[in-house]
Amino acid sequence: MFAEFGYGILVVAFLVALYSVVAAIYGATNKSASLVESARRAMLLTFPLISIAAASLIYLLVNDHYEVSFVYEVTSRSMPTYLKITAWWGGQAGSLVFWSFLLSAFASAVTLRKWERDIEFLPWVIVVCSVTLIFFLGLVIFYENPFTRFWLVGGNVEPHMFAPLNATLFTAQDGQGLNPLLRHPGMVIHPPMLYLGFVSYVIPYAFAMAALITGRTDDRWIRLTRRWSLWAWLFLSFGLVLGGRWAYDVLGWGGYWGWDPVEIAAFMPWLTGTAFLHSVMIQEKRGLLKHWNMILVILTYSLVIFGTFLTRSGVLSSVHAFANSPIGPLFMGFVSLSLIVSIALVIWRWPDLQSETEMKSMLSREALFLLNNLLFMSILVVCFWGVIFPLASELFTGQKITVGPPFYERATAPLFSALLFLMAVAPLSAWGHSTVQTLGRAMWKSAVAASIVTVILFFTYTSKIGALIGFFLVTLILFVTFQEFWRGARARQKVQGENFFTALSRLMGRNRRRYGGYIIHISMALMAIGILGIEIFQTSTQGLLAQGEELEIAGYTVKYRELASWDDAGKGVNFTRATVDIYENGIYLGELNPRIDYYFDSQQNMTIPGNRSTFRDDLYILLVDWQPVSNMGATFKIYVNPLVNWLWIGSLLFLVGIIFAAWPDHDPAEEPVRNVRRVGQSSAAD
Amino acid sequence: MKKILLTLALTFLLSLFTSVVFAQDPTPSDDEVNAVASQLYCPVCESTPLDVCPTEACRQWRDLIRQQLADGMTEDQIKQYFVDNYGARVLAEPPKQGSYWLFYILPPVIILAGAIILFRSLKAWTKPIAAPASSGAERSEPSKDEYVSKFEEELKKRK
Amino acid sequence: MTETTNPKRGVPIWVQIAIWLFIAALLALVGVTLSKRQQGTVQPGDTIPNFTLPLFSGYEYEGQNEVKLSAFEGKLVVLNFWASWCKPCEQEAAELEEAWEYYEPNGDVVFLGVDYVDTEPEARAYLKKFGITFFNGPDMGTKISQIFRVRGVPETYFIDQSGTLYYVKVGPFVSVDEIKSIIDQKLP
Repeated sequence: MFAEFGYGILVVAFLVALYSVVAAIYGATNKSASLVESARRAMLLTFPLISIAAASLIYLLVNDHYEVSFVYEVTSRSMPTYLKITAWWGGQAGSLVFWSFLLSAFASAVTLRKWERDIEFLPWVIVVCSVTLIFFLGLVIFYENPFTRFWLVGGNVEPHMFAPLNATLFTAQDGQGLNPLLRHPGMVIHPPMLYLGFVSYVIPYAFAMAALITGRTDDRWIRLTRRWSLWAWLFLSFGLVLGGRWAYDVLGWGGYWGWDPVEIAAFMPWLTGTAFLHSVMIQEKRGLLKHWNMILVILTYSLVIFGTFLTRSGVLSSVHAFANSPIGPLFMGFVSLSLIVSIALVIWRWPDLQSETEMKSMLSREALFLLNNLLFMSILVVCFWGVIFPLASELFTGQKITVGPPFYERATAPLFSALLFLMAVAPLSAWGHSTVQTLGRAMWKSAVAASIVTVILFFTYTSKIGALIGFFLVTLILFVTFQEFWRGARARQKVQGENFFTALSRLMGRNRRRYGGYIIHISMALMAIGILGIEIFQTSTQGLLAQGEELEIAGYTVKYRELASWDDAGKGVNFTRATVDIYENGIYLGELNPRIDYYFDSQQNMTIPGNRSTFRDDLYILLVDWQPVSNMGATFKIYVNPLVNWLWIGSLLFLVGIIFAAWPDHDPAEEPVRNVRRVGQSSAAD
Repeated sequence: MKKILLTLALTFLLSLFTSVVFAQDPTPSDDEVNAVASQLYCPVCESTPLDVCPTEACRQWRDLIRQQLADGMTEDQIKQYFVDNYGARVLAEPPKQGSYWLFYILPPVIILAGAIILFRSLKAWTKPIAAPASSGAERSEPSKDEYVSKFEEELKKRK
Repeated sequence: MTETTNPKRGVPIWVQIAIWLFIAALLALVGVTLSKRQQGTVQPGDTIPNFTLPLFSGYEYEGQNEVKLSAFEGKLVVLNFWASWCKPCEQEAAELEEAWEYYEPNGDVVFLGVDYVDTEPEARAYLKKFGITFFNGPDMGTKISQIFRVRGVPETYFIDQSGTLYYVKVGPFVSVDEIKSIIDQKLP
């Protein structure tokens, strides 16, 4: 009942979206306001429709309807209710519905805003959002239907949407259960965060396309979508960080980022999105780089779809990839179509996208922002090449190859360092004009302070040159950024006569994006500390220990005390848990419990580390193997990951920074920005 | 005579070196095995280094590495053995030989090209400083003055 | 980043051509890879190119420690991919050996075992455990498995007397009769 209902509603949503595209195009070309309004309402209608379909799917998931193939594949009776709900995005078909749901939500939110001043954009924004929605709904309806049920046809169980002739419904006793790797809280939130980020980039892209189609190529589209791109960036970044945390907690290889092709597929839109975030500021303030911003937003959208395609189609060999599925060629077609159409539009409108001003100095902030863009694009080139080259190699030489961490680390380390350096310099440069002297005057104090810290680190902590360069850049960023806060607050204090903290908070409140950006820079510096720590200073050891035996690593002593193994029938899991005592230089620190969980329904192991985390380092212990019969001994693998905690601390601060910058206060479109340049070109701007 | 001396010296040096290699514990430790295994990828599972891969097959490969180390094979020989047996995909990155030079050359070339394009366009843009009229407010330097003037401006606006 | 200060200048035609060529090449590359991935193993009716299988010590073919597919022209070839770490392979190992012993005296059917990414000591132990006597060797550099685009192990390929593939079995055989019935299709 619910299955047919949900499917029917999806079909209706599909048709409504189709209608909205036709009505919007027809209304725009024939200047029919009522048709456009009708298209807008149709677009709005898709959200409640898809919500109802999603609700039916959740109902089926939660109530153990194992006659539905999707429910059978991703849930089992032993799973708690909240996991049954999140199993929604735990499989291919469900996650496509989830995508559609988010997209319709965002598109509806956008169509609800006031459109008076930008009414010519409206139909084209609807077209882009609806076409994307139609594509995803089409995949769900025709190829990856989560409402398909099992039918008993002549003794065979077959999945069909509607009852075949002479068939009876077949209900399985229990489901296969969600992949245990996906049952971790991090994994419960990680995919929806990534999807949120992916989907919200559709909105800036839709506005960019609308600007190109209508020929209204001033920076209006950028103003309208500024907050969208910030939120999109927030979700995408948060999704990536959660993915890293999940890998660290669950995958049991002592790290958080393995340069796996699928991780890179999610990372690439983040790179272009970050570049976009910086370069739109140049267009807002100086009217430059209109072409480039268009290209960036198209790249971001294409990489979002391309990334989803790569992870879903089985083109990439990866632990994450879904198995071969029929939707690969369709995704391929959609990526090609959107890429070709968008690039054709940009080329067509190229002459209209001219700059309004000129660059004045190679050291001006806009020039440094361009350098920042170059660096992000370079990292993108490295990542893209690393993902694509194995395909080319296999095709032309027949030889499968791997491109792993050594390549990416070597290639991106100098680029990331240069980005850190820019992060220290750029806040001090001025829009329009800076010279070496002005920069030097603004920077020398911080540079001296950072050098002193580096020298101290050289004598007390490490003599590794790479680490020292990294620490120098990180401290430079911290000093420069704090100095910026201090200087701004002092200036305001002087003018307003407020006390320092009032001045600071008002200053930040009135320049959210700028100071939110600085908070993000600080968080990046903290994250860099964590990354330096684990990349350069990680040590590990492994050994088979009998009870009472010890392993030593980096000043720690790990002593194997006991091992217990038991079944938890309710959860359908067998736990094997070791207890080890931790000493540092002879002082007892406590015990850790690395364990292996074996899930009966999916017949999979999960290796859960015992981790002791401090600001200085993480002691990360894995239970690799054990002798089940004699209980003679167990093999442990122990990592010491110095400073890695700063990565997570930095991530939290990062969230604070973005939320601070993106928090809605008043309509951003009404803000008087670029106050100086406005005078001469008010006709073009509004 | 010289030649003989040289050969003697060489054999002595070599024996020193090899004795270091062979004088190890007869069964190499897990750490020694992992040091090699971490540079190799599991040939059947996707993008998983051999040292952390939990499957039975990977355990066998680690035992193989242990055996090979005990037999005195060097790291490079072991890697070569894996490439011969299971293909180049067991390496963490393409071998630096043959047609794979393209793999290592192209990214720096593209990045360099991007840098040159950026630099040239910057130069092209910065040359014509023909319109300094409007730059009064922008020329201010990032000193306190900029902030002071900015806030004074803001203050006026708020009234 | 190719911004220009000249008013109303379009994209130069050679840049346009370069962009479209790049996109076409990229899409073609991904598209071809995708279609290869979707295509699965080689299909019945395909002609199998020649390959060389080095043999494990203890196996010999006409005094050589390797066999070439081309040497078996006019004979029916049963090519089985297996590995010692593969549990389902063990289910069919005895059946394959039994079928081989049944056809061996006539000399018109050849069984080849290809050991897919495996370690030699374990592979030899496996062969010994199941007493396998037909030709067996490692798939050096996964060259043979790439010809057949195997998806996993066990997989068995039946090549007729003219070198054309006529049947693919994915997964283990359930009985000797199953193997025999497939072979007998092509025997006179």
